[in-house]
Amino acid sequence: MNILVGISQVPDTATKIAIGADGTSIDTKGVKFIVNPYDEFALEEGLRLREKHGGTVTAVSVGGESAKEVLRTALAMQVDKAILVKSEVNGDSFAVAKQLADVAKEIAADIVLFGRQSVDYDSFQVPPMVAELLDIPSITMISKLDIVGTSVTAERDIEGGKETISASLPCVVSAQKGLNEPRYPKLPDIMKAKSKPIEERPASTIAARTQVIGLDLPLAKGKGTILGDTDADITELLKLLHEEAKVI
Amino acid sequence: MKGTIMTAETEVSIPKGGMFLIEQALPEAIFTPEDFSDELKMIGQTTENFVENEIVPIIPRLEKLEAGLSEDLLRKLGEMGLLGIEIAEEYGGIDLPKTASMLVAEKLAPSGGFSTTFGAHQSIGSLPIVYFGNPEQKAKYLPKLATAEIIGAYALTEPNAGSDALSGTTKATLSADGKHYILEGTKMWITNAGFANLFTVFAKVDGAKEKFSAFLVERDWEGVSTGAEEHKMGIKSSSTRMVMFDKVKVPVENLLGEVGQGPKIAFNILNTGRFKLGAGALGGAKAALGIAAKYSLERKQFGQTISNFGMMQEKLAEIALRCFAVESVVYRTAGLIDDAIGEETDGFKRLKCIEEYAVECSVIKVLGSEILDFAVDEGVQIHGGYGFSAEYAIERAYRDSRIQRLYEGTNEINRMLIPGMLLKRAIKGDLPLLPAAQRISREVLDPSLDASADDGLLGEEMSVVNNLKKIVLMLSGAAAMKFGPKLDHEQEVLARIADIIMLTYASESAILRTRKIAANGGETALHANMVRVYVHDAAEKAATLAREAVCRFVEGDDLTVYLSTLRRLTKHAPVNTVALRRTIAKAVLEANGYPLHY
Repeated sequence: MNILVGISQVPDTATKIAIGADGTSIDTKGVKFIVNPYDEFALEEGLRLREKHGGTVTAVSVGGESAKEVLRTALAMQVDKAILVKSEVNGDSFAVAKQLADVAKEIAADIVLFGRQSVDYDSFQVPPMVAELLDIPSITMISKLDIVGTSVTAERDIEGGKETISASLPCVVSAQKGLNEPRYPKLPDIMKAKSKPIEERPASTIAARTQVIGLDLPLAKGKGTILGDTDADITELLKLLHEEAKVI
Repeated sequence: MKGTIMTAETEVSIPKGGMFLIEQALPEAIFTPEDFSDELKMIGQTTENFVENEIVPIIPRLEKLEAGLSEDLLRKLGEMGLLGIEIAEEYGGIDLPKTASMLVAEKLAPSGGFSTTFGAHQSIGSLPIVYFGNPEQKAKYLPKLATAEIIGAYALTEPNAGSDALSGTTKATLSADGKHYILEGTKMWITNAGFANLFTVFAKVDGAKEKFSAFLVERDWEGVSTGAEEHKMGIKSSSTRMVMFDKVKVPVENLLGEVGQGPKIAFNILNTGRFKLGAGALGGAKAALGIAAKYSLERKQFGQTISNFGMMQEKLAEIALRCFAVESVVYRTAGLIDDAIGEETDGFKRLKCIEEYAVECSVIKVLGSEILDFAVDEGVQIHGGYGFSAEYAIERAYRDSRIQRLYEGTNEINRMLIPGMLLKRAIKGDLPLLPAAQRISREVLDPSLDASADDGLLGEEMSVVNNLKKIVLMLSGAAAMKFGPKLDHEQEVLARIADIIMLTYASESAILRTRKIAANGGETALHANMVRVYVHDAAEKAATLAREAVCRFVEGDDLTVYLSTLRRLTKHAPVNTVALRRTIAKAVLEANGYPLHY
């Protein structure tokens, strides 16, 4: 089975984000980067599929030089091959999806796994876009995956219950928390990962379809006002909601 | 220990242990956390993730000493390779540089008492065999220790032999047929005793002092028993018991090393434990800082978060800047040890390389355990009354911290060792301390010879450090002359000299690290601020310590000369430490804890 896992490098979730001088990207100074947490579930599932069905696991990341760090982590977790598509694209899901679809096509991936979202831009768009570009089925946010022959059965958590979906290979899935418990890389494998090759290739030229024009931090939470329960308070509440909060 | 390391431009010789007092190292020659390789960072991150996901959530269960839990965690760590970091590949380990074992110790710290369980197994429980075992002993035990199939423990202390470790009464008598040693005695405060399978036990052959020796004793052997779990102040999740040996038949092949090698084994193993202990304490201090910073950002009083208050900020800043200094010391020393070991694979020779830096290892142990105590104490204070409640993590951190100043050589013993070992090395000719002391005494009399000024980054601070070195040399020289062989009885003087040595090494390491970052184009505003406050306070503390020491043994006109010299040597420009601490606190609060990461 040809297994492809897309991983991305994101700021540590505990990082306090500051906006860069250009106003459209974050200030990376002093920021610690990690493997996108949802991608760890995808990586683990890819490795388990290999253990069960044989084949190879390829990890791919679209990004700059520093994205090699997450690929090294994937190599330490024992993926067979790592590809870095060098691109400085800033937040355009389609451009990223196109690069990933090209790689999937090239290696004739039977299954492409992603995390449900990248916790930096949170677009949720890349996995279904890749499926569209490859014209294959996509199942998002899965919490269970079974593959028999070419038939795929996956479970998704939905509001108040579970949805079971079937599809056939090749397909794209995106992982939800709970799909599995990602393994920890072993120290000897970490040491070996440094000498494993990372295949680098330039990104194909593709016009970004969206452009980030501004980033803003959420407004600081304002002070609340506590009103009583008299009629006058209700009038006051309506006035405040209308004039200050401007929600009615 | 001579050897060479390659730096970017030049080849420099590896400094001897204690050399920092005599020569100023070049920034590019010292190792810093900024020099960590990608693999090392990944090892640190993996350990951190494991602690956060697998250990911290079950600390309440570990604290109840739930059966099997610690052993399971050790086995998981064994599977990841973390127990084999100091074991050779041929015996199932991966044999990484000491820097890696220090980083792992640092990252394990937030697991509380379990980090003691880990250290007792991985460090003092396994290393006696790594360094002193014969090939048969290594083949028999190390592969199983690397996976935690068997768990190790170190049994040196006895009810009446603590700091005076060699005074124990446990006895080993060779059997008539010459096949066994019959072991009799009781060991106390043995970490992992509840479940350890293998004990390194120290005993006197025939009860003779000069035959103090180490034995590998398996738990299953007849006559080995353990007492009840001790009720401890902290690190409750680690098992601590008495271990009794009642006529235990130890096969002669389980003698570790040779008869009489016990002291060498005991002290070398403690020494290798010390640098990891200091690194672990540093990790604990950073964790406490994180807990305290987050709390200060949540807790509101007088209509605002307490993080806005100057006295809270001052505490956070002080913990952070002391962590920075200790961190600089810990990894500078790690680099010294790793450079000295180089490609050496022979256990004895490696041990010699570590022993070379025994002074630095003691410094790390004392500084680390004391920054940890400071951090948890101020951490509780920042929590106010809530810090006294067992519902809050800082309460456990406070209790867990206290042992660190006690075990692996009390800080008092280590304070004696620091100047003691330096003087011994000077007398043996291993360290040119005496010529340096003579040079200093000339310089002190004739200020025109003074060469302490430094115009590099943090030059003011570096000249303070240069002067602190002179004070150390001056005091040690004068005290040695005055008391001669009776200097050992002047514990108070020796402790003060030790403190000034520690302040010197920490200050210099922090300055050199900052210079190295700057030379590599890094941002150093925060680092420099931390250094400024640390060195300023170091100079103040050193001035008091030196005065107290001098007043003990100098009188009359000589005293006047000494005191005025001390005044000159500890003179420094005033620093607005209040403002600097506020700036540092801002960085701590923005980062929700220690503001640097690697």
